[in-house]
Amino acid sequence: MSSELLSNLGLFVLAVLVGFEVISKIPATLHTPMMSGANAIHGVVVVGAVIVAGLADDPFAYFLTFVAAAFAAMNVVGGYVVTDRMLGMFKARPARPAPAAADASSSAGSATTEGGAR
Amino acid sequence: MSGLEVAVRLIYLVAAVCFVLGLHLMRSPATARRGNWLSAAGMTAAIVATVALVAAGGQTSEGGTYSVTGWGWGMLLSGLAVGSFAGLYTARAVQMTAMPQLVSIFNAVGGGAAALVGIIDFVRLSGEGAVTAGFSVPVVLDVIIGSVTFSGSLIAAGKLQGWVSGAPITFKGSRALNIAAAVVALGGAAWLVAAPSGWLLVAVVIASLGFGILMVLPIGGADMPVVISLLNAFTGLAVAMAGFVIGNQILIIAGALVGASGTILTKLMADAMNRSVIAIMIGGFGTGDTASDAGAGVAGADVRKVDADDVAIQLAYATKVIIVPGYGLAAAQAQRECGELGALLTERGITVLYAIHPVAGRMPGHMNVLLAEADVPYTQLLEMDEVNPEFATCDVALVVGANDVTNPAARRPGNAISGMPILDVDQARSVIVIKRSLGHGYAGLDNELYGQPQTGMLFADAKKGLREILAAVKTLVG
Repeated sequence: MSSELLSNLGLFVLAVLVGFEVISKIPATLHTPMMSGANAIHGVVVVGAVIVAGLADDPFAYFLTFVAAAFAAMNVVGGYVVTDRMLGMFKARPARPAPAAADASSSAGSATTEGGAR
Repeated sequence: MSGLEVAVRLIYLVAAVCFVLGLHLMRSPATARRGNWLSAAGMTAAIVATVALVAAGGQTSEGGTYSVTGWGWGMLLSGLAVGSFAGLYTARAVQMTAMPQLVSIFNAVGGGAAALVGIIDFVRLSGEGAVTAGFSVPVVLDVIIGSVTFSGSLIAAGKLQGWVSGAPITFKGSRALNIAAAVVALGGAAWLVAAPSGWLLVAVVIASLGFGILMVLPIGGADMPVVISLLNAFTGLAVAMAGFVIGNQILIIAGALVGASGTILTKLMADAMNRSVIAIMIGGFGTGDTASDAGAGVAGADVRKVDADDVAIQLAYATKVIIVPGYGLAAAQAQRECGELGALLTERGITVLYAIHPVAGRMPGHMNVLLAEADVPYTQLLEMDEVNPEFATCDVALVVGANDVTNPAARRPGNAISGMPILDVDQARSVIVIKRSLGHGYAGLDNELYGQPQTGMLFADAKKGLREILAAVKTLVG
């Protein structure tokens, strides 16, 4: 075993332990965004695609590099964007753009009984 | 190491710190968005640094130098462009109810990319005859885990989307075939480490893809939260293994973090379902997607039926209401109606809380996202341990589409759900259950809650039932 491999192994084990420590403190309310955020983090494999592209020199490697780069980019871009979109929905108070308007629509709803329900 | 390599390694370190702090900030909804941005910033830095290293012809981890050909750049950049566009489009367009599918697709492409990185590097090095065991062991692990994740996640996404039946799919000899695929993958991998060859790698890839498909097919729709979490952990591991293959530390650290997060969620979900991960993966039990075994159940005569007007009166004159949304609410897509009812009651000055069981929804925490989308403030969303003491002091508990997780039988030994963590709904002064029929839940048990004297049953689909109640409350208080 080379010393590089050994130090990488050490890094791996410590990162797993840090992961356990950090993740176990996240509340269940945020488990879906956290999972999708972690999903975006494994999109770091795009770095791996760049590195293999740096050494590719035959058609087979070019083709696989293209697929790997496309997969990884989809993972990383989509992961962060959708996580942000989701987290934007979590609000401490209900979104009521104009309280007066909300009142008006709810009283209108009760007048017709039907309108407000949908 | 030249200055450039040192700079890149330091940027990797900064990126790793950003990932950890980003996840750390996800401990509260108030800071979570910032955390995601921090993580994205670290990611951007790592990618830019790597591109600079490769473009400048820096040193590889083996001591050679990078030299990108015109084709190399063309394929890399066009791949990145296509993938970024696809990711951006799907992330913007996806419905919140379809989040589990999207996460599954991202698991698939992440795992697939990790496997491809390993394959490309193996082919290059074996061409040079320079494959050692220290290299080929991570390659086979990367390729096996990545390929299993790729095919397994696609099947999981197909099941969630309804393209593949959500019911467990088994056929004669499927288990034997699955074991055979595992044996070929592992045997081929061992052989490959002893005597490196491209054909063995092809065999390992095919067997692993087959294993991934056969692993997920027999698992039922209701077990999907566990499966997605597990595949998320697999993807992280595959990425970490790809990091070992190409000697890249940021891949190792990020992959390990994700592997840990997926593992924790898998364990939490399995515990909340009162089943072992092994039992779920062996599968063939959890169908639950519709749970419509009508007819069976608590002796029909023992339950008290209520109508929407009764429910509306109870709700409108309560001081504290706890809403218990479950899988049925997600399946009927009734989160908007649920949020509207909660908001209406809150406006009347009633304390409204939502009791969220860990497995309500189709992936960990899914119900919270659905309700957040329906404008329910997250301060009203309480986890099981927080909300359970509240039931004793609440006037009405409104159960919408949740079954097994409210069954008091779990507190007694000797049945299918014994020991399962449940919501203490039976301690509420009055309980309303909106349910289509007295059918069994996923565990196939009678729910003793339905027979209790304080419980009223409103027989309706979650969406229809909630609309009726909403309309009735509005008439009442208007």
